[in-house]
Amino acid sequence: MGNNFLRLLSGLWVTVRISLISIAFSLVLGTLLGAVMTSRNRVVKVLCRVYLEIVRIMPQLVWLFIVFFGVTRLTGANFGGETSAVIVFTIWGAAEMGDLVRGTFEAIPRHQFESSLSLGLTKPQMYISIIFPQALRNLLPNVINLATRMIKTTALVSIIGVTEVLKVGKQIIDANRFEFPNAAIWVYAAIFFMYFLICFPLSMISRAIVKKQQRSEGE
Amino acid sequence: MKLLKRISAVFAAAAMALALAGCNNGGSSAPESGNASGGTFRTVDQIKESGEIKIGVFSDKNPFGYVDNEGNYKGYDVYFAERIAKDLGVKLNLMPVEAASRVEFLETAKVDIILANFTVTPERAEKVDFAPAYMKVALGVVSPDSAMIKSVDELKGKTLIVVKGTTAETYFTENVPDVKLQKYDEYNEAYSALQDGRGDAFSTDNTEVLAWAKSNPGFTVGIDSLGSTDAIAPAVTKGNETLLKWLTDEITTLGEEQFFHKNYDETLAAVYGDDETYKENLVVEGGKMD
Repeated sequence: MGNNFLRLLSGLWVTVRISLISIAFSLVLGTLLGAVMTSRNRVVKVLCRVYLEIVRIMPQLVWLFIVFFGVTRLTGANFGGETSAVIVFTIWGAAEMGDLVRGTFEAIPRHQFESSLSLGLTKPQMYISIIFPQALRNLLPNVINLATRMIKTTALVSIIGVTEVLKVGKQIIDANRFEFPNAAIWVYAAIFFMYFLICFPLSMISRAIVKKQQRSEGE
Repeated sequence: MKLLKRISAVFAAAAMALALAGCNNGGSSAPESGNASGGTFRTVDQIKESGEIKIGVFSDKNPFGYVDNEGNYKGYDVYFAERIAKDLGVKLNLMPVEAASRVEFLETAKVDIILANFTVTPERAEKVDFAPAYMKVALGVVSPDSAMIKSVDELKGKTLIVVKGTTAETYFTENVPDVKLQKYDEYNEAYSALQDGRGDAFSTDNTEVLAWAKSNPGFTVGIDSLGSTDAIAPAVTKGNETLLKWLTDEITTLGEEQFFHKNYDETLAAVYGDDETYKENLVVEGGKMD
């Protein structure tokens, strides 16, 4: 059927590209934000909280409209569709990531900090050898979960003119709607399989890392 | 926390309003000015200078604007877009748009022209400038060959299937009180109902029923033009007078060579057939609706 399979793959590449770049930015910015969020300062805490709540409550579709159309309307700056998508998913990912990092650190029992220090470890030693490994293990499944959510949410970007895998699928279904009215189920099955192919390895990786950590701790 | 929740609620309401506006074909929350306050539109000279014109089309509305199995844009709107680029002497850059974001694309001047099966309505005309029509759409009624319905009179006392929220529902509710309406939420439900004989006929946009009847033997469009005829026209950013004038002249000139009849033969005939009355029911030449 023409180039349809290649077109689906190139659509998938757009999906993966937007997700990966956004996830990378979110990891960096989210970790920093998470560190800031553990601050005891009330003003900082409230500001972080407001940011997080705004991002969580507004649907990503609205964010896409705001960044792609709203920013142009207000400032004249003209972002491309993909750039807008990366900005939106980074704003969202950083907020969620920050909250995950904050929660993970706060969940580490206080005695872990206190006993490390009383054993004579310096603060950097304490973080590198005691706190981070525990935090990472608790954080990882949540981060993978966030990443797969982000990958699936990229399906919204067709509203701002970015043709990702789901949109390519709709185009294929529509182009053949007179000759093959039942093409939809096959195209959607193929897309389902593609999403699975990206998301499943992610869960496998996280499981492998967790297992490896558990083993090394058991030694 | 209570205050936070309240603040959140306000943002949520704003977000909902925006989302709804987006779905509402561009929406009512746009700034009053209506002009492209941010990104500014490009005049004909600027477009020619840049060597490229950006035209927004549908990428999944066969046969008006779609992408074929080779990955090329095709359809009635695209055929016209190609001609516009050729006559301007510039490269064509087609941008895929969605029904819900067509007005926004023009208001922020992200495209120069929208050619996406855009029906002219008074609400939209406040936000964008429409050139003369190049197509028109009215209601059609499809029924089984065995009991074909050829006029509104024949519908009296019969059961007519409609889809909720369509112009067909409004038209028959207001103008034909003695027909029994059977309403469905989605097109495929309505078509199944017709095939199962749950109703005597089905009515919606004539373009839609014509295409469906073509690929479903045993059913014919007995009434192919009913109700008020809506114009489908190219749209430009509000205030872009040079481009609007150029398009108006272009459509007039193209009318002399019967360009849109040729367009129909190339792009729509495969779906709607060569029938002259169908053709005349869809094609508009030189922007003249009747």
